[in-house]
Amino acid sequence: MIVVEDLRVTFGSGDSLVHAVDGVSFRVEAGETFGLVGESGCGKSTILRALCGLNDNWHGAIAVDREVMTPKRPKTFFKKVQMVFQDPYGSLHPRHTVNTTLMEPIAIHGLDQADRRIARVLDQVGLGAAYRFRYPHQLSGGQRQRVAIARALIVEPKVLLLDEPTSALDVSVQAEILNLLSDIRQVARLTCMLVSHDLSVIAHMCHRLAVMNHGKVYEEMSVEDLEAGRARHAYTRQLLQASLGYDRRLAADAAREGLEVG
Amino acid sequence: MSANAAAAGPHRRRLHRWLTAEVTTSPQQASLQRLYFGWLRFRRNPLAMIGLSILLALIVIALLAPWLAHYGSNDQDLYARLKPPSAAHWLGTDELGRDIYSRLIWGSRITLYIACLVAIIAAPVGLIVGTTSGYLGGWTDTVLMRVTDIFLSFPGLVLALAFVAALGPGIENAVIAIALTAWPPIARLARAETLTIRSSDYIAAIRIQGASPLRIIVKHVMPMCVPSVIVRITLNMAGIILTAAGLGFLGLGAQPPSPEWGAMLSTGRQYLIGAWWLAAMPGLAILLTSLAFNLFGDGLRDVLDPRTE
Amino acid sequence: MASETTGATSPLLTVEGLWVRFDTPHRVVEAVRGVSFTLGREKVGIVGESGSGKSMTGRAILKLTPPNAMVQAHTLRFQDVDINAATERDMLAVRGRRISLIMQDPKFSLDPVMRVGDQIAEAVPDGSGTSKAELRERVLDMLAAVRIRNPKRVYGLYPHEVSGGMGQRVMIAMMLMPNPAMLIADEPTSALDVTVRMQVLAILDDLVTQRGLGLMFISHDLNLVATFCDRVLIMYAGRIVEECRAADLHKARHAYTQGLLASLPRINQRRPRLAVLNRDPAWLND
Repeated sequence: MIVVEDLRVTFGSGDSLVHAVDGVSFRVEAGETFGLVGESGCGKSTILRALCGLNDNWHGAIAVDREVMTPKRPKTFFKKVQMVFQDPYGSLHPRHTVNTTLMEPIAIHGLDQADRRIARVLDQVGLGAAYRFRYPHQLSGGQRQRVAIARALIVEPKVLLLDEPTSALDVSVQAEILNLLSDIRQVARLTCMLVSHDLSVIAHMCHRLAVMNHGKVYEEMSVEDLEAGRARHAYTRQLLQASLGYDRRLAADAAREGLEVG
Repeated sequence: MSANAAAAGPHRRRLHRWLTAEVTTSPQQASLQRLYFGWLRFRRNPLAMIGLSILLALIVIALLAPWLAHYGSNDQDLYARLKPPSAAHWLGTDELGRDIYSRLIWGSRITLYIACLVAIIAAPVGLIVGTTSGYLGGWTDTVLMRVTDIFLSFPGLVLALAFVAALGPGIENAVIAIALTAWPPIARLARAETLTIRSSDYIAAIRIQGASPLRIIVKHVMPMCVPSVIVRITLNMAGIILTAAGLGFLGLGAQPPSPEWGAMLSTGRQYLIGAWWLAAMPGLAILLTSLAFNLFGDGLRDVLDPRTE
Repeated sequence: MASETTGATSPLLTVEGLWVRFDTPHRVVEAVRGVSFTLGREKVGIVGESGSGKSMTGRAILKLTPPNAMVQAHTLRFQDVDINAATERDMLAVRGRRISLIMQDPKFSLDPVMRVGDQIAEAVPDGSGTSKAELRERVLDMLAAVRIRNPKRVYGLYPHEVSGGMGQRVMIAMMLMPNPAMLIADEPTSALDVTVRMQVLAILDDLVTQRGLGLMFISHDLNLVATFCDRVLIMYAGRIVEECRAADLHKARHAYTQGLLASLPRINQRRPRLAVLNRDPAWLND
C-alpha cells in the first residue's frame, strides 16, 4: 500500500544543513500497521509529513496505493490518506465546533448525506450526538483526540497516518484511544502507520516496526521479534531497556557511555 | 448576572439556562453561548462599559436627532449670535446664531458615518491583504508588504491631506483618504497573526483534508484574525475621528455649513477669547467619542484577544 | 547552613492535611485535598495523571503556587522550618538553598545570556566567604559530579550551546551548589531522550544514596517510578489514594492504581485490547 524508497528530507542550507531524513526505505502492506519508533528529532514525524504532502521538499520515491507521488497532491489523495496529529489541543480549530470541523471534509470532497455521516462517525469514535455542537475548549484531551480521529475517518480513507496520537494523553486515556484505533482499523480495514517514541505503544499496535535514529532506519523487525527481545542493533536494545523502566546497573553503563561521548 | 437572573421572570431564567447549558445542541446555541460568555466577561470591566454606553448613547442620539435637536442644523438667528449657554440654547449659539447643542446632535450623524464607513473599508482590505500575504508567503508576501510599507511610511494625516488635495474637499473624499491610511496597520497585524496561525496543527489538518488555499484563508485563518482586527480598528477609531475632525478643521473635510465637529471647532477658534463654548463644545464631543472608542476597544481586547483566553 | 541536628530517623519533610484551592470566576477548584506524607533521606515518587494535584503539591511545599491559589495545611514542616508560618523572606532562605526544584525543561530555567558556569556559581548564597577561584573550583567539581566529561569547556558555554540532556545536568548542578537537603524534581526527565534519561536518573540516584538527600520525584510514568523510587504515593483528584513500596507497586490494592497499571501497554505481555479505567466516583472521597 505504501512504498518509500530512499527518502531524503533536508532542512536549512550551508553549514546549518540538517539531514532530517537520510535515505529511508520501507514498505507497508495493505491492512498492515507499521510502526516508526525513535526519539524526538530522529525524523519519524518528518517522514509522515512528507508522505501526506504537508512537506513538499523531499527527494526519493513515494508510492501510495500503486500511485507514484509528486510533492503536490491532488484532492483525491486526501480522500485516500488521512492523518491524526500528536497534540489534540492544537489540531482542532479553536473557533470551530465539532460540527464545523466535521463539515469541512464533507464540503471539500462534496460528499452527500452530511448529517448521517457526522452522526455515524461520532458514534464510531464513541462520542455521540451530544458532542456535536461543542467547541474544543469544552472537551477533554481524550475527547478532542476522538474528534480528530472522526475528522480523519469521515472521508473513509484507506490509509491512516498516526503521529504520536497518544503521547499528549494520560495513560488511562491512552488505553481508550488505542483501543478505539484498534477497533476502527479493523472495521474500516485501514492500513496504518504509527509514529511514536514509546516502544510499548508501537508493540501494542503494530505488526512490523522500524527503529529510527538520526534520520536513518537502524533496524526493521516484526513485533514478535521485539517481544522475544531479538533486537540486532544496540540502539534498539537501549530503547527496549528504557521502556522497562530504570535499572541501576544499566544506568551506570549508560552513564559511563555518556562520559565517553558527552 | 445572577442578580438579573434572580429578579427576572421564568423567561429570563430559562434563557439564561439555555445560554449557559453544558451541552449545546445546535450551532445557533453554540455561537450565542460564546457571545454570551464574552458579554459576561466584558461586563466585568467598568471602564469598557462606560465606553460602550457612550457609544450606544451616540448611536441613539444620531438616530433620534430630529426629535432631540431643538433647531435644524442650519437654522440661523442673527439676533442671538454668540450667546452663552442658557435655557433657550443649552450649549450656547455660534457666530450665526445657530444652536450649538442641535448642531452637535446633527453632527453625531456625520461622525458615526465617517467612523462606520472607514471601518467598513479599512478592516476588510487590511484583513484580506494581511492574511493572503501571510498565508501564501513568497512573492505575494513581498509585493503586498512593500505596498503596505509605502502607505505606512507616510504620516496618516499628511497622506489624507494629499489625497483630499487631489480628490477635492468633501466628506466622501475625506472618508476615502482616511480609509487609505487606516488599512496598512491592520494588514500588518493580520499578517503577523497569520504567520503564527499558518504553522499550527489545525491548519496542517485542514490542508490534509484537501482544502484549497482560498478556503483555508477565508474559513480557517480569517476567523482567527477577525477578533484582533476588530479590536485594532476600534482602538484606531479614536485616531480616525481625530483625523476626520482634523481634515474638517483644516477645511478639507466636511464643508461649512455642515455641522461636522472638526469644522465647528475650526470656526469656533476665531471666537475662542470671547465665546469659548463655540470651540469647547465640539472639542468636548470629539474627546468623549474618541475616549469611548478607546475604552470600548480595550474592553473588547480583553474579551476577544486569543492570547488572553 | 541547614541544621543537621535532626536525627537521621526523623523525616526531612512532614506534610499533614495540605489543601490547595483555586478561586475561579465559576467555582472554587480544589487541586489538592488533604494530602499527608513524610519524606526522609529517600526517593519518594508522586504519581498521578494530569490534574491529580501532584505538581501543585510540590509547589505548595515551596510556596510557589499561583497568586490565586489558597494553600492551607495542618502541618507543613521542613527540618526546623515551619513553612506554614514562614514569610516570603523566610522562604527565600529555603527555596533553592535548602530545597531545590528541578523542572521539566532546562531551556526555560537557564539565563540565555550568561555562561552556564557563571550561572551555577550564582547559585551559591552571597556572603558565604568563598573566593572567586574557590568558587570556580567548586563549580567544576559539581559539573564533574553530574558527569560532565569536560567541565572546563562546559563552564564557558552558553545555554543554547548545550544539548537538552546536558542542560538538564547543568540545571541539577546549579540546584546542588548550595548543598540542599532536599530536591523536588517535577518530571525531570520527560523532555529527555531515553539514553540521556538513564544518565540523569543515575545522577539523582547517586545523590540520594551518597549525599543523603531527600528526593521528591513527581512523574506520570508508573514504570519509571516503580523502578526508580523507594516509595510511591499515588494521587488521584487531589488525594493520595495509595502509598506503597515501589517494588510492591504491582501488588497495589486500590482499584485506581490497579486500573492504571492494567491500562499500560507492555511489550512482553501483549493483549488484543487494553484494560480501560472505569472511574469510580467513590474514589473521590474514600
